[in-house]
Amino acid sequence: MWLKDSSIGRKFVMSITGAFLVLFLLFHGSMNLCLVIDDLFGTTAYNWICAMLGANWYAVIGSLVIALAVVVHFMYAIVLTIQNRRARGNDRYAVEARQEGVDWASQNMLVLGIIVIGFLVLHLYNFWFKMQFAELTGIETSAFDPQDGSALVKALFTDGWCGIVYCLLYIVWLCALWFHLSHGVWSAMQTMGLSNTKWLSRIKVIGTVVATVAVGLFMIVVIYFLGYNIGQMLH
Amino acid sequence: MDSYIDIKVRVWRQAGPKAQGHFETYELKHIFQGASFLEMMDILNEQLIAEHKDPIAFDHDCREGICGMCSMYVNGHPHGPDSAITTCQLHMRKFHDGETITVEPWRSRAFPVIKDLMVDRQAYDKIMQAGGFVSVNTGGVPDANAIPIPKPVADEAMDAASCIGCGACAAACKNGSAMLFVAAKVSQLNLLPQGKAEKHQRAKAMLQKMDELGFGNCTNTGACAAECPKQVSLTHIARLNRDFIGAKFCD
Repeated sequence: MWLKDSSIGRKFVMSITGAFLVLFLLFHGSMNLCLVIDDLFGTTAYNWICAMLGANWYAVIGSLVIALAVVVHFMYAIVLTIQNRRARGNDRYAVEARQEGVDWASQNMLVLGIIVIGFLVLHLYNFWFKMQFAELTGIETSAFDPQDGSALVKALFTDGWCGIVYCLLYIVWLCALWFHLSHGVWSAMQTMGLSNTKWLSRIKVIGTVVATVAVGLFMIVVIYFLGYNIGQMLH
Repeated sequence: MDSYIDIKVRVWRQAGPKAQGHFETYELKHIFQGASFLEMMDILNEQLIAEHKDPIAFDHDCREGICGMCSMYVNGHPHGPDSAITTCQLHMRKFHDGETITVEPWRSRAFPVIKDLMVDRQAYDKIMQAGGFVSVNTGGVPDANAIPIPKPVADEAMDAASCIGCGACAAACKNGSAMLFVAAKVSQLNLLPQGKAEKHQRAKAMLQKMDELGFGNCTNTGACAAECPKQVSLTHIARLNRDFIGAKFCD
């Protein structure tokens, strides 16, 4: 099977799963923005989305597909890294200079990916476990109604010093994600063959814009709650 | 103005493919900055021979940047710190008085060291043999101008064909991938009408050979293109990806 046995095939799987996860991030980020809108204008859009998704069959299937994409992307990353280290050989260069135009992120994708996945575990515990999981199993995993995501999120991020720590952790996470995407998005397009002399610089710009938008959507929410929390603590 | 400099050269010495290698530092006095890097290596070797020591083995041939034979990793860069040149075109004016210059062989599993700075680059020949050609029937040679080729296409094919197969791309790549080489060699033929007929077959055969020979998977860091003495562009890698994925979907 070429998707497993050829180098371009393996990279193609990385690019497809990666691109899919970016689309998911864009959706998730847009959804999160409702939290800020709700808080500012007293609407209930976020909880409406929570109820709409929740433990409905399509949301469960969607979650499974996303989980599968994460697993495949991660497994392939490990295999590719092992193969690439082996291809490099055991002898390392004594002097290694940095080349101009080679992004730091592009040479540290696995490390950045591991940071992203590490925080993802925390994130799943903080929210998914108390929302979709609680709704699916009927087990009470938090003091909040699984469908009242809005209150759950706000409680975590505005909980005094603990909230500040969580906000900072999420900011670190988002920064790692931004660096990962700043290389990942254009690299995925290049791997799919969507590049030529005209488009190479364009897809790099597209990559930076997509990374910034995707991460920015999440960042707005974190910064908003951080400011809100600090404001409350100062009063 | 070029003047004379005293330098130290830290060179990788390895007696043979299986031997354990190590660095050895040599002092060189009064080296003219107008000398090429390889001329400096010649002076060093003459000094070693005069001292009854084994001279340093290194690859070189045309010494005018077109054969792709010279292959040294100088101060952390394949072909040295200057851009868009081969080691033979590197001059001592790029170095300053008292500097210690580190010279290493290409390091990649598919390029095993033969001796000192010499590595076995037959892997690239094997990739060429797998598909880097156009199959033609015997008979009269048709007139080259009988097939019209748009200038931009011809230019891009020529840019790809400027690859001299020196191996700097795989040497610079943190993944030990030969994608830039394979992409250039696939592109120089796949872009032109004569080569297009076999483009799918060629992309598959050459990539399969590259994987088989133990080169790594490309992660688009761009180190290859940054270090390429012929400035072959990353866009050729995108074309190889396109042709390969296209070929697989056509199967």
